[in-house]
Amino acid sequence: MTTRRPVPAGEDSPAVRLCDITKTYDAFRANDHVTLDVARGTIHGLLGENGAGKSTLMNILNGSVRPDGGRIEVDGRPVRLRTTSDARAAGIGMVHQHFSLIDRLTVVENLALVARPSSWPRRCVMPVDLVGIEERARLLADRLRFAVDPRARCGSLGVGARQRVEIMKALWHHAQVVIMDEPTASLSPVEAQELLSTLLTLREQGATVILISHKMPEILAVCDEVTVLRDGRVSRRLSIGADDRDPGPRRDRLEADLVQAMIGRPRPDPPARAAAPGSPRLVLHGVGDGARVGPVDLSVHAGEIVAVAGVEGNGQAELIELIVGVRRLRTGRVLLGSRDVSSDGPRTRLACGLGHIAEDRHAAAIATRMSVTANAAFGFVGARMGRRWWLPARTMRAHAGSIVDRMSVRLPGLGANIEGLSGGNQQKLVVGRELARDPSVLIAGQPTRGLDIGAAGDVHRELAALRDGGAGVLLVSMDLTEVLAVADRIVVMRSGRIVGDVPAADADVDTLGGWMTGAQPSEQKGVQPSEQKLVGA
Amino acid sequence: MSDVLNLAWVVSAITLATPLILAMLGGLISERSGVINIGLEGQMLVGAFTGVLVSYLTGSAVLGLAAAVGAGVLCGLVFAALTIGIHADQIVAATAVNLVGAGLTAALVPIVWGVDGISPEVARIPAVSVPGLSSLPILGDVFTKLTVLDYAAFGLAVAVWWLLFRTHLGLQLRACGESPEAADTAGVPVRRLRVVAQLCAGGLAALGGASLSLATIGLFVASMSQGRGFLALAALLFGKWRVWPAVAVCLLFSLVDALQLRLQIIESAIPHELLIALPYLLAVLALATFVGRAAAPAAIGRPFTRR
Ligand SMILES: Nc1ncnc2c1ncn2[C@@H]1O[C@H](COP(=O)(O)OP(=O)(O)O)[C@@H](O)[C@H]1O
Ligand SMILES: [Mg+2]
Repeated sequence: MTTRRPVPAGEDSPAVRLCDITKTYDAFRANDHVTLDVARGTIHGLLGENGAGKSTLMNILNGSVRPDGGRIEVDGRPVRLRTTSDARAAGIGMVHQHFSLIDRLTVVENLALVARPSSWPRRCVMPVDLVGIEERARLLADRLRFAVDPRARCGSLGVGARQRVEIMKALWHHAQVVIMDEPTASLSPVEAQELLSTLLTLREQGATVILISHKMPEILAVCDEVTVLRDGRVSRRLSIGADDRDPGPRRDRLEADLVQAMIGRPRPDPPARAAAPGSPRLVLHGVGDGARVGPVDLSVHAGEIVAVAGVEGNGQAELIELIVGVRRLRTGRVLLGSRDVSSDGPRTRLACGLGHIAEDRHAAAIATRMSVTANAAFGFVGARMGRRWWLPARTMRAHAGSIVDRMSVRLPGLGANIEGLSGGNQQKLVVGRELARDPSVLIAGQPTRGLDIGAAGDVHRELAALRDGGAGVLLVSMDLTEVLAVADRIVVMRSGRIVGDVPAADADVDTLGGWMTGAQPSEQKGVQPSEQKLVGA
Repeated sequence: MSDVLNLAWVVSAITLATPLILAMLGGLISERSGVINIGLEGQMLVGAFTGVLVSYLTGSAVLGLAAAVGAGVLCGLVFAALTIGIHADQIVAATAVNLVGAGLTAALVPIVWGVDGISPEVARIPAVSVPGLSSLPILGDVFTKLTVLDYAAFGLAVAVWWLLFRTHLGLQLRACGESPEAADTAGVPVRRLRVVAQLCAGGLAALGGASLSLATIGLFVASMSQGRGFLALAALLFGKWRVWPAVAVCLLFSLVDALQLRLQIIESAIPHELLIALPYLLAVLALATFVGRAAAPAAIGRPFTRR
C-alpha cells in the first residue's frame, strides 16, 4: 500500500467516489442516493446513528453487499464490485465490525485465506506457502509497527491483537483504501489510542482511510474530512482543519454541528444526579465464585446508580453472573430487597424484581434466529402475558411495539429476524425489554457499548428515570466518561475485588484510573494490593 | 487362541476397515466444510447396489465401481441441493437420504433380479498380489489377499489429509466449517465449496459401499451396510475430525469386528447376537466416554446465507 506516492490534493480524482448509491432491504431504505467522495491520502470519518446505513454503504464499497443502484469509481475509473475479491483487486480492504477471524486457525493461516494463489494446481495440490506468508506478515507488521506473533492461534489473542490481524488482512493485497467499521468500539482506551496512531501511519504511507466511529474525540483527532449519514442519506459533509482539533469554542461548535447532523438534535445532557438514596435494594455479602471473583461486598440502594468501573476482564462479567444467578455462588450471600436469593436460580431472582441487560448480547440477551417480536417477549411469557395455553400473537406484537416505540428502535418490521437490525438497535430493544419489566434492581452490563451518541444518551436517560422511580441500578462500564456522567456512586473493580468506592461527585479520572491499574493504593480497608490474587486475562 | 488372533485376523480386519475408512473420509470432508452428514449409510447402500447392478449388467467390476462413485456423487448432489440450495434441515435431509437409500435399493433387488433381498453373484474386484512384497517371509500372505480398493482406501486417506490440511483449498474448506461468515468476508466461495464437499462425500461413501459388495462377497444384500455408515461417523467423532486418528479408530472397530466374526465360528458358547453387537458397543462406549464437543468444527450444521 505504499507503492504509490501521495498525489497532491485537488490535482487528481478522488480515491473513491460513490455516486447515488441506493440499497433497500425489503421496503427499508438503508442507503438512499448516497454520494460520497473520499480524497486520496486522507482519513475520512463516516458518522451517523445506529442504523443510519454506514456499514451497508461500506459493505457495498467492499463488494460484500450489492447495491440496488448507483455507481462506484476508484481513482476516477468506474468499477463493478460484485465480490470482495473484486474490491480487493480494486485496492479496497475492510476491517469489519464482526466475524472476521477464524479462532481455530493461526494468524498465518487466517492471512493465507486471503492470499489466494492464482492457478488451480497451486490451490488444490501444492502446499500452502505458510513460510512465505509468515515472512510477509512479519514485514507488514514491522511496517505498521505491530507486535503480532504470526503463529499464535487467533482464538488466543486479545481484542487489540485480533484487530491488528484484521488490519493486516485488509492490507494484504496492497489496499490503497482501508475501511474501518467501528474499530475502537471494543478496544480499551490505550488500544484505541494505538489504533489511531496506526491510522496516522497508514495515511503517512499514502493510504486512504475511511473511519466509522461514534466517538467524537477520535473523529476530531484524526479525520481530515467527515461525512454524516442520517436515515440513509448524507446530512452533512465538512472538513476538519488543524485549528479545529484544539480544545476551544471552534471545536465545540464543530462537534455540536456534527452531533446535530447525526441525531437531528443537540447532544443529550447527562441526567441529573439523584437525591439521597433510600433503603438497600441489592446487597452482596462476601460474594465470590471461588476463582476469579471475590469476596465482594457491595450494596445498591433505591434511587441510586452505582457504577462498577475497571479494566475489562477484572471480574466484572463474573460478578454480574453471580448476581443474576447463572454462575455458581461459592461464598457469600446475595440479597434482593430483604430476601436472601443466594440459593435461587435466575428465574426466582427475576421474579424478585431483578432486571438484567446482558453484557454479551449475542450470548445472553437475544436469540439471533428469532423475530423482534419473539425476542421482545423473553421473560414476559407466563407471568406478564397471561398464563394461558397459547400465546396470542397480538399481545406479543403489542408488547414488542410498545418497546420499539419507547426506545425508537429502527427496524424493517416487528416480524423481521432480529439479525436484520443493526447492533445498536438490537441493544435498544434489549434495554427496552428489561426496562419494561419494571425492575426494582437493574444490572446493566456495558449497556451503551457500540451505541451512537443519541442512543447512548437515551439509555442513560432511561437508567436515570428508573432510578428516580425508586429502583437501584448497577452499571458495569469500561467507559470512564460514561461512569462519571451517569453514576451517583462509583466502585472500582480490579482482580475480582472492589478496590475503591467513591461518590461520583468526588471522583476524578486520575484517582479512578489509579485504582483501575493498581498504581494507586486501594482505599478500602482490609484489601491490600499484595493480598489480591492476580486474575488472568 | 492362535487360531483367532493371527495374521488372517489382521487381513480380514483390513478388508473390513476399507468401507469404513472410505465412508469416514467422505464424512470428514463434509463435516469439515460445516455440513453434518448422517446420510453416509444411505449413500453406502446406493453405492453397494449400483456397483453390483452395473457389474451384473456389464460383467465388469471396474465399471461397477465407477458407476457406484457416480451414483454417490449424484446422492451428494441431491443432499447438497436440499441443504445448501434450499436450506432444508441437514439432519432431516440426511435421514431422508438414509431412508430412500435403504428402501430404494431393497425394493430394486426383486425388480431387477426377481429374488427378494439378495442379488446373484457378479464379477467382483479380485485380490492382487503385490510383486516382491507377497514373497516376504511372514507378512507376505497379507499382500496376496487384499484388493486394489484396500490400498486405495489408504491412498485416499493420504490424499484427503493432504488436501484438507496442506493445500489452500483445504484451508478454505476448513474455514467454511469454522466460520462461514468469516470465510465469506475473506472471499471464500462458501456455498460452492460446501457443494463440492458434498459431492466428494457422496462419492467416497458410495465407493465404500461398493467395496462392501463388490470386493468382499460379490453380491448385494438388502441393508448390507448394517450401520457401517454410522460406525464411520462414530470413528470420525472419536478421531476428533482428524484423518489419522479417525483411520486408526476405523481399524480398531474392524479388528473387533473381525474378532467377533472368527469367534462366531470357533466359540459357540457366546450368543452370536452379542458378538455381532461388539463393534457397535465399542463405538457407543467410545463416544460416551472420550469425545469432547470442543473438537468439532465450530460452525458444523449451521447453514450459511449472506445477509
Ligand atoms: N441484511 C439485512 N436485512 C434487513 N435489514 C438490514 C440488513 N442489513 C442492514 N439492515 C438495515 O439497514 C439499516 C442500516 O444498517 P447498517 O448499515 O448496519 O447501520 P449502521 O449505520 O449502524 O452501520 C438498519 O436499520 C438495518 O436494520
Ligand atoms: Mg454498523
